[in-house]
Amino acid sequence: MKVERMNTESINIDKIRADFPILGLQVSGKPLVYLDNAASSQMPQAVIDRIVRYQSQEHANIHRAVHYLSELATREFEAARVKVQHFLNAKESREIIFTRGTTEAINLVMHGYGRAFIGKGDEIILSGLEHHANIVPWQMLVQEKGAVLRVIPMNDAGELLIDEFEALFNEKTKFLALSHVSNALGTINPVKTMTACAHRHGVPVLLDGAQAAPHQSLDMQDLDCDFYAFSGHKMCGPTGIGVLYGKAQLLEKMQPYQGGGDMILSVTFEKTTYNVIPAKFEAGTPPIMAAIGLGAAIDYLNGIGLAKIEAYEKELLDYATARVTALPGVRIIGTASKKAAVLSFEIKGVHPHDVGTILNVDGIAIRTGHHCAQPVMQRFGVPATARASFAFYNTKQEIDKLVDGILKVQEMFS
Amino acid sequence: MTDIRQLYQEVILDHNRKPRNFGSILGANRHAEGHNPLCGDHIRLSMNVLEDKIETIAFEGEGCAICKASASMMTGAVKGKSVQDAEIMVEEFRGMATGTLDLDRADHHLGKLKIFAGVKDLPSRVKCAILPWHTLHAALHPVLSPVEGAEFSVSTEGEADPVPGTGIGEE
Repeated sequence: MKVERMNTESINIDKIRADFPILGLQVSGKPLVYLDNAASSQMPQAVIDRIVRYQSQEHANIHRAVHYLSELATREFEAARVKVQHFLNAKESREIIFTRGTTEAINLVMHGYGRAFIGKGDEIILSGLEHHANIVPWQMLVQEKGAVLRVIPMNDAGELLIDEFEALFNEKTKFLALSHVSNALGTINPVKTMTACAHRHGVPVLLDGAQAAPHQSLDMQDLDCDFYAFSGHKMCGPTGIGVLYGKAQLLEKMQPYQGGGDMILSVTFEKTTYNVIPAKFEAGTPPIMAAIGLGAAIDYLNGIGLAKIEAYEKELLDYATARVTALPGVRIIGTASKKAAVLSFEIKGVHPHDVGTILNVDGIAIRTGHHCAQPVMQRFGVPATARASFAFYNTKQEIDKLVDGILKVQEMFS
Repeated sequence: MTDIRQLYQEVILDHNRKPRNFGSILGANRHAEGHNPLCGDHIRLSMNVLEDKIETIAFEGEGCAICKASASMMTGAVKGKSVQDAEIMVEEFRGMATGTLDLDRADHHLGKLKIFAGVKDLPSRVKCAILPWHTLHAALHPVLSPVEGAEFSVSTEGEADPVPGTGIGEE
């Protein structure tokens, strides 16, 4: 087990907010209230500085030349990989593959594992909570191979039905692809138990951790999942970088995802010998700056402590849930007992897009729409929801502003 | 930024609450369906066009206030008009919403529809206001329908899309 550094002092919110230059922004004359963290988080100065330092003093292409800058850039890039390894408590750094984001990581598994090991009539289990990024690649595979998708249903709170999940397994089940935390509802799935269940049936498991990685400490050896995917830009890092964790023995038997430079040992026109992992899956020049930025974001989050972040965000969510629940005519969608700091809601008689536009006038940024999770919207019978999602740099005062904004919307539409 | 109350003024909120010409016309000879994947706006339009004139028109569907009010006021504005006049209004409305038509300088036929001018400052909402008009345009051109007699479907994802970006694949 990974030992989480326990820090008993409460979070120093003023100091933390001062770390994020963008939080000082005025939007239409009002202080920005940024509640769209599930879509993308903001970047602290430490990460911005690290990126500037890399580009101004350290940049060259990696794994290639013998000159000073190339060696320096290679070292920093590989150091970022080790930071990710420790962040995930993965056994080895070669189990960490840099991708463009969660979406590419899932597509990599679909191509590299799915196309090689899933065939006609085989079954893939997904949950009804998935983001399109963890549905569409599997649908493409199913269409190509003549395989079948099975979907884990959920209850009205947005919790997966575990008995029904277990009943989905049979001898044709070949894969489980599951979100760790739902982006649309905030539900935290019991992924450790579900992974163990899949393994009892000999089925490998991919967890979509895009919404989990920024908000709680992760331990791959404890979770025991086979693959784990997440994005840098949802955890204070840059866009264009993500991670696929995979167990080494699985990555080794998988097919490469893309062909190109860096992923080969030797090339002739007759035959190419692929490189070892992780290089086998990192064709072409990777996003070096973004990977180093992600490493700096991990340092920043560790500096605060994931346990403290999780506790503080829970406090924010409880406060927001209590305040919004008390509003007549507002329904919270997604009321799982275990939730990350995501509050999806609808205001009776008002389309979410109108809600978003009106809140924006007061500088409040929320997300409105289907959140790339249309099956979730269908399950709850709504075309879209308004969603406020919190990070450790948000405050209860900002939640008060959100509530005032909701009251203003209701008054306008009354 | 436009004062939001200039856009969400009483007339738009009223059309949102009580949309006019809401429903479908039995035996209509023109149909089209439009949707905006970004926000889930979905409009079904039915019309009777006789001798080049829009005799009856109705819409149904779900959408935000801007989309519903735009559809409601559009049906009122084009009913009784010739196909050609309706097409001119489609062009004018599109010009107003995207900011290419200066209402103070150009001659136009938009009348009360001018209250939608504020959407040009809200790029993510331009599509909502224009969707009913795209759908009307599609219904007036059944010749574009890929299958004879089939309903034409229009999406604000098309080339005529005034807003860059697609509205898909967020986050």
